[in-house]
Amino acid sequence: MLASRLFTVARAFPKHAALGCLVPRLKHTLPDLCYDFNALEPVISAEIMKLHYTKHHATYVNNLNITEDKMADALKNGDINTTISLQPALKFNGGGHLNHTIFWTNLSPSGGGEPTGDLMTAIRDDFGSFENFKKELSATTIAIQGSGWGWLGFNPVNGMLKVTTCANQDPLEPTTGLVPLLGIDVWEHAYYLQYKNVRPDYVKEIWNVINWENVTERFAKARMEKLQ
Amino acid sequence: MHPVCILLVLLSCFSVVSSGTSAPYHGIEKYAEEYPLPKLPYAYDGLEPHIDRATVKVHHTGHHAAYTRNMNAALKEWKNDDTSDSLSRSSLLRILQNLQDIPVQYRTKLRNNVGGYVNHALYWGCLSGNQGNRTPTGTVAADINTVFGSFSAFREKFTAEAASLFGSGYVWLSRQSSTSATAKPPLVITTSQNQDTPISEGLRPVLVIDVWEHAYYLKHQNLRAKHIGDWWALVDWEAVNVLDGWWAKMDVKVHEDL
Repeated sequence: MLASRLFTVARAFPKHAALGCLVPRLKHTLPDLCYDFNALEPVISAEIMKLHYTKHHATYVNNLNITEDKMADALKNGDINTTISLQPALKFNGGGHLNHTIFWTNLSPSGGGEPTGDLMTAIRDDFGSFENFKKELSATTIAIQGSGWGWLGFNPVNGMLKVTTCANQDPLEPTTGLVPLLGIDVWEHAYYLQYKNVRPDYVKEIWNVINWENVTERFAKARMEKLQ
Repeated sequence: MHPVCILLVLLSCFSVVSSGTSAPYHGIEKYAEEYPLPKLPYAYDGLEPHIDRATVKVHHTGHHAAYTRNMNAALKEWKNDDTSDSLSRSSLLRILQNLQDIPVQYRTKLRNNVGGYVNHALYWGCLSGNQGNRTPTGTVAADINTVFGSFSAFREKFTAEAASLFGSGYVWLSRQSSTSATAKPPLVITTSQNQDTPISEGLRPVLVIDVWEHAYYLKHQNLRAKHIGDWWALVDWEAVNVLDGWWAKMDVKVHEDL
């Protein structure tokens, strides 16, 4: 009786992989999408949403799990070479999972318009105006060479907002220290079937589905964590 | 028909044939005031059923054309800014081989757009719809066997690199720099991110696959492996040997200049 109870407790709280893995590690899974694939039309087509979520994001999740399993083994065996050689795959797939998880929440069928309250105040303080911020994030994102993301981030050191970009699936916080608030995916898979090579049109349209409630939540949380 | 008319018809046929055999990368080794979007050696549907017409069209008239425009604009700006800078009046090849000598305010724009222009010219130049040239042949095939053990070992390695490249980029088969006027330098597989090119590392590419998503997304969406299969079916080994010979001719010229 007691043994099975302990086992149940142990499964609910898996030990860290590095500690020898007496219990199975919880696998990463695709987060739930809070809207249908066609909900963001005409800005982002249902075809793109379905592929982006069920193929691209799912692949990052699968490959992240595979990489973490290999890493757990390598750590257990003290195989430093393998641990290090797995790091690009960890960054790529882990970053891909993190980035897309944020992205789906940054968008909403009832999105668009402009933020209000503290977030709008901060945008005005740090960029001069919402228009300036929108221009800067759009231009910077459009100009990304190859695959990457444009970001509005929060700097926990000075409390300011900042626009920046990351290449490939490099995750914002580990790469720059900025807390991600709003991301725009400009990998070609995010827009190609609908916008082809005309990335500027996609970046222009996506402002119509930005979920400012979500961005505001992230901002409030980041600010509170800074104060602590 | 009047003899002069016959002569004119023959002459125009000859010019069509000779312009049809001009490779897309011809001209990158010479300075020009402005560079044109290279003509494809085939029609937009010429790579069907492997690469679809819509992809070839947008890849050429959308992406490659944008690199062409942006490159020409950046080169003009650089030349106007510093009339004494001889590198700005060099060939595209020389510019790519000396990126570190471009003034920093132009360097990224030129690295990306000269790279994009040249990389796509090489990509188009290795492919054709010509079913007759599908078997690896010539010096390149022989050297592949020497370096990689067999063609299938080479193909496996090249394919694995193409499938696993993160983000946007290319996989290349290139010759290393020539150290001798007579011996062929060894072949090597490398990868590059974005519009970087092995030309900037002093290599001489003879075969390249574009694995940016725009190269295959309309037809294959996320399934890059299928694009790689399509690409293998289109590699024109005669064109690859022609490209190899084109580099060698330039090496001979360099040795003569020395």
